[in-house]
Amino acid sequence: MTFIAKPKLHHPELHKNSLGYTRRDYEGAISTLCAGCGHDSISAAIVRACFELDLPPHRIAKLSGIGCSSKTPTYFLGASHGFNSVHGRMPSVLTGANLANRDLIYLGVSGDGDSASIGLGQFAHSMRRGVNMVYIVENNGVYGLTKGQFSATSDKGAKSKRGVINSEEAIDLVGMALQLGATFVARSFSGDKAQLVPLIEAALKHEGAAFIDCLSPCVAFNNHEGSTKSFDYVREHNAAVNFLDVISAREEITVDYAPGSVEMVTQHDGSTLRLRKLHTDYDMHDRVSALTYMQERQAAGEIVTGLLYVDPNPRDLHGHLKTSDIPLNALQEDALVPGASALAKINAGLR
Amino acid sequence: MLQQIDRVEGLQRINEFVVKFANVNGSGSASANALFVKAVLRMGITATPRNIFPSNIQGLPTWYEIRISEAGHMAARGGGVDLMVAMNPQTWDQDVQSLEPGGYLFYDNTRSIAPEKFRSDIVVIGVPLTEITNKAYTDSRQRQLFKNIVGLGAVSALIEMDPVVIETLLAEQFKGRDKLIAANVQALHMGRDWVKMHLEHPIGLTLRHADTVGDRIFIEGNAAAGLGAVYGGATVCAWYPITPSTSLAEAFTKYCGRMRVDKATGKNNFAIVQAEDELSSIGMVIGAAWNGARAFTATSGPGISLMQEFIGLAYFAEIPAVIFDVQRAGPSTGMPTRTQQTDIAACAYASHGDTKHVLLIPEDPYECFHFAALAFDLADRLQTPIFVMLDLEIGMNERLSKPFDWDDSRRMDRGKVMTAEQLESGKLFGRYLDVDGDGITYRTLPGTHPTKGAFFTRGTSKDRMARYSEEGADYQENMERLLKKHNTARSLVPVAIERKAPQPTRLGAIYYGSTSPAINEAELLLQDQGVQLDLLRVRAFPFGAEVEAFIAAHDHVFVVEQNRDGQLRSLLVNELEIDPKKLGKIVHFDGTPISARFIAGAIAASASVKRLEKAVS
Repeated sequence: MTFIAKPKLHHPELHKNSLGYTRRDYEGAISTLCAGCGHDSISAAIVRACFELDLPPHRIAKLSGIGCSSKTPTYFLGASHGFNSVHGRMPSVLTGANLANRDLIYLGVSGDGDSASIGLGQFAHSMRRGVNMVYIVENNGVYGLTKGQFSATSDKGAKSKRGVINSEEAIDLVGMALQLGATFVARSFSGDKAQLVPLIEAALKHEGAAFIDCLSPCVAFNNHEGSTKSFDYVREHNAAVNFLDVISAREEITVDYAPGSVEMVTQHDGSTLRLRKLHTDYDMHDRVSALTYMQERQAAGEIVTGLLYVDPNPRDLHGHLKTSDIPLNALQEDALVPGASALAKINAGLR
Repeated sequence: MLQQIDRVEGLQRINEFVVKFANVNGSGSASANALFVKAVLRMGITATPRNIFPSNIQGLPTWYEIRISEAGHMAARGGGVDLMVAMNPQTWDQDVQSLEPGGYLFYDNTRSIAPEKFRSDIVVIGVPLTEITNKAYTDSRQRQLFKNIVGLGAVSALIEMDPVVIETLLAEQFKGRDKLIAANVQALHMGRDWVKMHLEHPIGLTLRHADTVGDRIFIEGNAAAGLGAVYGGATVCAWYPITPSTSLAEAFTKYCGRMRVDKATGKNNFAIVQAEDELSSIGMVIGAAWNGARAFTATSGPGISLMQEFIGLAYFAEIPAVIFDVQRAGPSTGMPTRTQQTDIAACAYASHGDTKHVLLIPEDPYECFHFAALAFDLADRLQTPIFVMLDLEIGMNERLSKPFDWDDSRRMDRGKVMTAEQLESGKLFGRYLDVDGDGITYRTLPGTHPTKGAFFTRGTSKDRMARYSEEGADYQENMERLLKKHNTARSLVPVAIERKAPQPTRLGAIYYGSTSPAINEAELLLQDQGVQLDLLRVRAFPFGAEVEAFIAAHDHVFVVEQNRDGQLRSLLVNELEIDPKKLGKIVHFDGTPISARFIAGAIAASASVKRLEKAVS
């Protein structure tokens, strides 16, 4: 398999964003995933979100681990630096990258094997550290590249393509992210662009650890009768709590929904999230009730989607560490090297 | 009077003896021990302490052994102890046994100890420390702490340690807290006065003012390396606590707190993260370095084992990383608080697949500082992991060292990083394109240019333009270039240092790291026995041409190291294609630091030496 370059021929009338970029400028190489793979829809949603938010593509760093999902950064944001790291360890690499330059946007893409199995520890610790990032798990409940083994998010009782019934409990990454202190937690479905694109936009605007668990059916190994991560199953059991619009600070806010069903959330960067609430009793600013609600609906056989929790004023790792406003990778000798006279004083104190 | 079982003629030595304190861990003895050593140093006499401690927090025995040597010897002497300050009933038998014949046993005789618990060939000195302190203090904490100072006072009177020097040190230590100074000085003299009133003094081991310390500083290697990382421009430190490396990250934290906080904003020009494990620490280092920050981790053998996969990624994807490995006895958990040079092979070839890494091997705190700073330049220049190989002996013991120096005109070598201007001007960028022929390619940092210079970093095989490729030719070309880069490193790392024997000889010895003080002393012992030895101290891997030349110039070369298998010797055989018969293996690996007596004994006994002697006669 070799790299496939996509022709950069732009339609002259292609819509441009405020930076003068077209959607094509946010695309990557042609996907080599299976036709119909949910992951490609997520890549498309990322492209659209970045385009709509007028983000300069080169100011985004995209990082991933190993697996089908982790291959996808090749297929979007071709002008961004990418890092395909080792299996399950994207969070630590992203954390280090973020420490080095706080001015870039960090997009971590992972899968259920990558984050819930081999990388569960790194997933957990990046959430509790509050790394400013968007962390998307493209969750298909199966190991695709190795031909269909169960992953740690496969539901107990789910049937594999070969007919094996999963006897192990599933790990719920959304529940974990909530418990571990992520300041933006959402779940969506690769087949629901209307819900997913605004969620990615809101996560990109969020200045803290933003996690999106995106159910993304595997057409090759997990889209059959008996699977709980198939397109049909997710569509039938999807229980969205809200729908979201992201309004950047400069745009006028107009509310056209019925009073009581809309909630406005102003994020730290001045952008506003407008939520159309489907369940009026759902409080997305309360971790505890979010967890309770999720578990109740899960017990009732529903998959809750939407923006499940958000802290509008998060504090990120740089805040905790009181790091310089100038990115650490831009500091020069004058800020870093104390010099010979300081060393002479240290010597004097060691005699 | 001395409380002796029999009247024994004690050892008679001035400024040349070994004192060992047997302490109870967590009893507050550490500061009194440190005071003792500093007082010897302030008297101008070379003193080298070693902490001997178990993997434990409180309650288990610890020892503090001090080699006092006006001749300047800093290695563990080996053999018995001349003065044992036996404060730990738990280790009494062992401590009494460890004395040289004619040695002195100092103990607290508040409670009597059965006569059969002593030896008849040593001098026994009983001082009722508990009784003295219990009379003087009512608070139990004070009794414990001051007992250490009273004991120091008593010992100081017995060996004629200058009390003014100790008082000066106390005044410096508790500067601004006059009451504490006075209380400590009082306790010191309580001990001294008791000895003067009740015992013959001094004993046969005494101190005299000398002038062998000069302007040298006294610091542990880990602290020196942490300071070197500050001077080397490190901004990101990700680490996981592990003995014996922990104090390196802690020293970096301390020095950053003092020297890297922006005065105007109060913000930190550094980021230190205690990671959840070693996999995460090296992952953060690699992420930060990929993004252009100077980053490091500090660990020990088990951490190196855990980091293997990531080290291979950094090698293959060519990302700078600095890894301090403060070695301890392995394999597995091994002996966590004992010293060895045992990760040399594991680091040189770390990770699966064909890899070769760069190792820097400092011998003392001075080199710990400089090699730490240098490691960041080399990592950026070579775009690869650089290992700085300390060990517990260097890392966790304070040691006299040449003072640190720094050239203010020195600039960080950030290596081949292509800028936005260079990209804009149309300069060809291929991430793995060897334009200069030295195996080192140009990189770009994320966020540099809106349309040029972006590439995908990956652990999979790729072509020169960083495009995914499983073509055999692409893979092979890349692997061969990496080898070329490793060869480039040969001329960038610190050269090995040769020291010729006074007389021409066909015998040589290669050594490295913490073996230095022992081999320096062994050289003299061997000369006394008529064995002449040229010495070569290896300071890095890959080996420079001088290492090959040294081996070629000698008929037989001993390789002295502190591990079972002779790991550096294997590297020499493997990398330089040396006939193994030519390289004699001298290994010391019981977890204690190698001594001059051991080295001299092993070399003198070696068949090669005997053969050569025969040939001469």
